[in-house]
Amino acid sequence: MTTVAQRRRGRAVGLLVLRRLGFAVPVLLLVSFALFALAKASPFDPVERYFGLRIIGASPERVAQIRENWGVDRPVVEQYLAWLRHAVAGDLGDSLSLRQPVSEVIGDRLPWTVLLVSIGFGLALLLGLLLGTAAAWRQGGWLDRTITAVSYTLEAAPVFWLGLAALYVFALQLHWLPGGGLTDAGAALGVGQVVTHLVLPVSVLAVSQAPWFVLFVRQNLLESFSQDHVIGARSRGLTDRRVVLGHALRTSLLPFLTLLGARLPELITGALLVETVFSWPGIARATVDAALNVDFALMGALTVLATSVVLLGNLLADVLYALADPRVGLDG
Amino acid sequence: MHHRPAILLVAAGLVLVGCTSPDEGATADTGQSIVIGAGSEPENLNPILGYAPDGASKVFDGLVARDAQLKLVPALAEELPSASADGLVWTAKLREGTTFSDGTPLSAQDVVFTYESVLDPKSNSTIASRFDAVTDVSAPDDRTVEFRLSHPYAPFDQQLSLGIVPRKAFKGVDVSSAPFNSAPIGTGPYTVAEWRKGDRMTLKANESYWGGAPAVKTVTVVFVADDNARATRMAAGEFDGTVLPPKLAGAYDAKQGYRVVRNPSADYRGLGIPSELPLTSDPKVRVAINLGINRQAMIDTVLAGAGKPAATPISPYLDEWYDQSAVFRHDPAEAARLLDEAGWRAGADGKRSRDGQAARLPILYPAPDVLRKELALATASDIAKLGIDAPVEATTLEVMLQRQRETASIWGGGDPYDPDTASYTLLHSRYAGRSGYVNMTLYRNASVDGALDTGRRSLDPTTRKQAYTDFQKAYVADPGWAFLVFLDHTYVLRDRWNGQAEQVEPHDHGLVHAVWWNLERWTPKS
Repeated sequence: MTTVAQRRRGRAVGLLVLRRLGFAVPVLLLVSFALFALAKASPFDPVERYFGLRIIGASPERVAQIRENWGVDRPVVEQYLAWLRHAVAGDLGDSLSLRQPVSEVIGDRLPWTVLLVSIGFGLALLLGLLLGTAAAWRQGGWLDRTITAVSYTLEAAPVFWLGLAALYVFALQLHWLPGGGLTDAGAALGVGQVVTHLVLPVSVLAVSQAPWFVLFVRQNLLESFSQDHVIGARSRGLTDRRVVLGHALRTSLLPFLTLLGARLPELITGALLVETVFSWPGIARATVDAALNVDFALMGALTVLATSVVLLGNLLADVLYALADPRVGLDG
Repeated sequence: MHHRPAILLVAAGLVLVGCTSPDEGATADTGQSIVIGAGSEPENLNPILGYAPDGASKVFDGLVARDAQLKLVPALAEELPSASADGLVWTAKLREGTTFSDGTPLSAQDVVFTYESVLDPKSNSTIASRFDAVTDVSAPDDRTVEFRLSHPYAPFDQQLSLGIVPRKAFKGVDVSSAPFNSAPIGTGPYTVAEWRKGDRMTLKANESYWGGAPAVKTVTVVFVADDNARATRMAAGEFDGTVLPPKLAGAYDAKQGYRVVRNPSADYRGLGIPSELPLTSDPKVRVAINLGINRQAMIDTVLAGAGKPAATPISPYLDEWYDQSAVFRHDPAEAARLLDEAGWRAGADGKRSRDGQAARLPILYPAPDVLRKELALATASDIAKLGIDAPVEATTLEVMLQRQRETASIWGGGDPYDPDTASYTLLHSRYAGRSGYVNMTLYRNASVDGALDTGRRSLDPTTRKQAYTDFQKAYVADPGWAFLVFLDHTYVLRDRWNGQAEQVEPHDHGLVHAVWWNLERWTPKS
């Protein structure tokens, strides 16, 4: 490829990124507004949730005062615009349910979720590649049949079920690993502690996500075995190993990249369930609480965050795809 | 084996991550530290916003505290606060030489600041209604606080268990989102060393506590909302104590080294009966419903024995106030007679009606609450046996309130501190038809109103005692609810400490109250 073509290609990728980012703005606005409207339509009342137990017997005047202070009875468009104005200026507001600035709530918990999700995702990819390749390589053999069967079984198993099963076996019966939290009770926060407490949640997350990748890699490899360049390589007498790893795998990996983006929503959902089962102090519990307490500020911030992650994931996948395969068009 | 593949793959995952063996959680412990598995996590630790208003807060002290019998004892106040003869001015004198955990000396100005902030509409405090009678709080000198009330309010001293905060910590800070809310400073027996939200909180003993340094030096509170997860982690030996539903706690009854503690409470569950329906507007029908309910059967089956029958909002554990004659026995025959008398007669199919109108009372409960669901079903089946159609419906608290005029609902609440706080807003006709969770059944009874007003305004103990006896008698003759049960709270505790004392508990029993309400006075068993 000439440098001129490369430069043109680079510019096209840049345009794609800009176009996608421009498109992301209305999507974020739409999603966050829909969230406000949904929350408004929910049967939960933020002021009553804020009082919790103490709502029983609270004097009507005091309750009305807080309602007034927060402006929860104002029209949803007005509330949304007020939130948006502050959010654009970088002020995410205070979480009503946790009596803490939203940025602090997210700052406290997000790193733990990112840690869990990134290792879990990496591990799922690795498992997908290794087992998927092994299965395709030995297509029809006992290894392939085992891997495929297990993958289908795990695909069907709910994440929380896997989590509880792992908890029962490794924490309660075998006592190999701690059953939840970030550290042992009373232990200080340290690398060793966090690593041992990460093992179960990360493994469960990876195992729940991996089957999809395994099956995908296997399928794609099998398809590429029948393609001309692979058949050609075989007919040239190259070793089986060279053919599979050097020729077939390389081409079949391309669609894999897009999957990274597409699987992100699944991954986030899986992480929420894993966090709940293992009392992992990530963003999951805060998300559930925010929804149940109709905590507009926290919900708004979390939704925008999750939507951005998905949009960015998709964009990243497309860019990688474009960079890896010159034939890919950049109009989308 | 069904889940063998899963296990194999998990094992593969472990190898890949690089498994290190976990260090044993239980170190050779002398009982100087304790790990508590709590079912609920506080939203904040700020008394102004509503954290632990009834004391036992670990981090703060109020002007007064409570002993095992719930008698008020002086805490930050030198002696119990006293009221002027007209009951309009309450004065508290502060103990000398108390300091906050950061070394700042406690002043009467801090007390004034705390109460003024609660009353400030901008604070959005959830407990402001408790102090509605207060018109002014002032500090004539550094050790004296005066509360001025708009009307005599006998149980006012019961509200003075609210924790006191240092005013210094709130200079130029918005109370709603102050850093103090998660990293508080108090005068109490413990300080907050770390609070990892959603996971755990670590408390350290305050070595210079005015009441003496606690013997249990480190308290780790792990927050696990799910009952089964908490039971699992208790079984794995991770916790020294936890709260469990009665049935799960039963597993520890015979277990060596553990104790099951069943604490009585004033935490009631009751059926609020709408007083304006054609069926239930007649007191005879409401008495009949009360007589038709088999409360003991509910306690035996739904609560595994951990509870007491309820008739009024006053718990039978409150010996000082409870009227033993104010009860409803289980008497379906008498209930049927009363319904007949009220004109609701049974047809051939056993269903009652009057003038062609069928007897019907829908019962609502909040969907996520399993206990209330079981109580709603049991209540409905008892009421159906009387010939009244009682469909059960799951919904939210908000909807229960919206439909308060036409449906019955399973409500919960109650506190053991004073009959006024337990009954006034719930049953006084002043609150009937007001918005919010006050007098949800629109109950109106002049004798009940009169007795509640006398009890609230009189400072004389004999007059108050008589007023609440009158109240209970007037109420059971014309009940606005069918109070069902007072729950016992059950705990599992490693048998390693001395000093636990039984205290009748309010609804709240996470980090505050509960079996560890007096943790600062526990000592390790040698």
